[in-house]
Amino acid sequence: MTAMLELPPFVFFLVGAGLVAATRGPLRALILLAIPIVSAISLFGLPDGSHFNVGLFDYELQLLRVDKLSLLFGYLFHLAALIAIIYSLHLRDTVQHVSGLLYAGGALAAVFAGDLITLFLAWEVLAVSSVFLILARRTPRAQAAAMRYLAIQVISGLILLAGVLVRLNELGTTEFTFIGLDSPGGLLIFGAFGIKCAFPLLHNWLTDAYPEATPTGAVFLSAFTTKVAVYALARGYPGTEVLVYIGAAMTLFPIFYAVIENDLRRVLAYSMINQLGFMVCGVGLGTALAINGAVSHAFNDVIFKSLLFMSMGAVLRQTGRINGSELGGLYKTMPFTTGLCIVGALSISAFPLFSGFVSKSMVMVAALEEGHPVVWLALLFASAGVFHHAGIKIPFFAFFAHDSGIRARDPSFNMLLAMGIAALICIFNGVWPWLLYSLLPFPVAYEPYTATHVLAQSQLLLFSALAFAWLKLSGLYPPELKGVNIDADWIYRKPLNWLAATTMAAASRWHGATIDAGRQQLNWLGRLIFRHSGPQGVLARTLETGGAALWVAILLAASLLLYYL
Amino acid sequence: MSENTPDRAPEAPTDQSPERLRFFDRPGNVKRFLGALYAICALALGFEFFIERHVSHPWEELFGFHALYGFVVCVTLVLTAKELRKIVMRSEDYYDGDGDA
Repeated sequence: MTAMLELPPFVFFLVGAGLVAATRGPLRALILLAIPIVSAISLFGLPDGSHFNVGLFDYELQLLRVDKLSLLFGYLFHLAALIAIIYSLHLRDTVQHVSGLLYAGGALAAVFAGDLITLFLAWEVLAVSSVFLILARRTPRAQAAAMRYLAIQVISGLILLAGVLVRLNELGTTEFTFIGLDSPGGLLIFGAFGIKCAFPLLHNWLTDAYPEATPTGAVFLSAFTTKVAVYALARGYPGTEVLVYIGAAMTLFPIFYAVIENDLRRVLAYSMINQLGFMVCGVGLGTALAINGAVSHAFNDVIFKSLLFMSMGAVLRQTGRINGSELGGLYKTMPFTTGLCIVGALSISAFPLFSGFVSKSMVMVAALEEGHPVVWLALLFASAGVFHHAGIKIPFFAFFAHDSGIRARDPSFNMLLAMGIAALICIFNGVWPWLLYSLLPFPVAYEPYTATHVLAQSQLLLFSALAFAWLKLSGLYPPELKGVNIDADWIYRKPLNWLAATTMAAASRWHGATIDAGRQQLNWLGRLIFRHSGPQGVLARTLETGGAALWVAILLAASLLLYYL
Repeated sequence: MSENTPDRAPEAPTDQSPERLRFFDRPGNVKRFLGALYAICALALGFEFFIERHVSHPWEELFGFHALYGFVVCVTLVLTAKELRKIVMRSEDYYDGDGDA
């Protein structure tokens, strides 16, 4: 039985996607739910090591490399897929169901890839399948965002491929182990990972596209792409010092944008970069404590970020709105969504007894231990900041603030159930972190619930809340305003776009002129051919057999003559 | 599960019938909520007298370091972001009609 089930997880999702496309109604729901469960069972108890090595040309692909790091992400992605699937059960949209499954399968293929070629293939599956979760919104805005998203994901894939080939040339191996920055191939691969991980200035595909996805699509998207990148960095670049500073920058700059952003799912997208910053920083520090912190925070982040995206998806679905300036007072008629959103908000803010508390602090302690007090202060700033924009702003402007007059009800049962499961995991990991700790790559000596830590974190968060209250009461807090905030994507959406449009216009003018000139030449050629081969043309005359024989004889004579010459 | 509402509900349903006052509709409750926040903040600060702290950095030895840092940092964050708005904010249709893809 188990032998039969021992397949790489992505196979279940791939086959499942086919079955889902062919079925409808309750049967489809059953298959959807069965896929992550069956796949997780088959994963359970797989021995460490490399399974399913297949040859491709001269290379060996390792489809299923099992160790503690890949296994943790494997379990996490199954859990995230299950939650997102439950959240999507009410939909009658084959596009979203199938692309969601393929996307989750691609993420699983990536984290279990033992070599870089398999990783590249999974990378492409991630890009192509996920774009449909944005397209499925079926609005012109979403379509434009989806195309920008796809272009950047494909570029990331190409850079990865280039890096892999350069590395293959240098070292003669495609094995996916520690890579490091000391070679051109390593630098290219780092760049590819950096795009997917939303490094500063490479981050805009995330804040541009995720908020344009469907309510369900954003839940899927928030779980996989960036966490695959974190996994890949943890595998290939642990202890790379530049990541410490990149990570610190990632925790800081998005919180300013998040404070002034009106679209609440875009606020979540910015806060996602902020959370990724903690993980990237942990990978850069590279100690056992820091890597454990990065990986466990990735686990917790997937769950609480899913929960927050689900709650905002519920608001969008039930009200048709997502801008903070148009929402408010929903706690009156959406009490369950409100409560579940607050659990997610407390978790991302790392309140004691909620999941963020037990993982984020590991990275911060590691930053101090490794002699980075300034980075530590930055992370502390970011911790207060995330509470401010994700912990308070999201629930406050959606569910409280002023009464918008909207009386939308809580969403369907399956959506509430999915949020409930995510909320339970957030609380469970916060209260009983030792199960999560036992799955981490290194043995855990860290104790989250010391009086000092609880008190320090409580003070930080409570006085952040106090600051919010004071700013709000004194009228200093900036109101939610309609508008877009330009970010690094401005470069390719305005000047580069203008450049492209101008170049295209010039090219099309030149093209037009060339076409005209060409047409004149063609006309001349046409007339020439007509003159010779047309009805009266010399080449179109029919000759008698004797005449033809004469011509053949002349040709033969000519060739003979040439031969003798 | 058999919901037919589309992903984007066209109009948010508004109920015109008189409804009961909810928790935060009563100004007294907002005051009480804020009062509770102030009390908990004071409590969190006061605990420093009773708990023997094992800090990992000298700055943390300062009394109420985390409380002060949290407050100052959040005010800085919001006021800076407010200024940032003057630089980066554009009208909602700023990117529309560029044919950007």
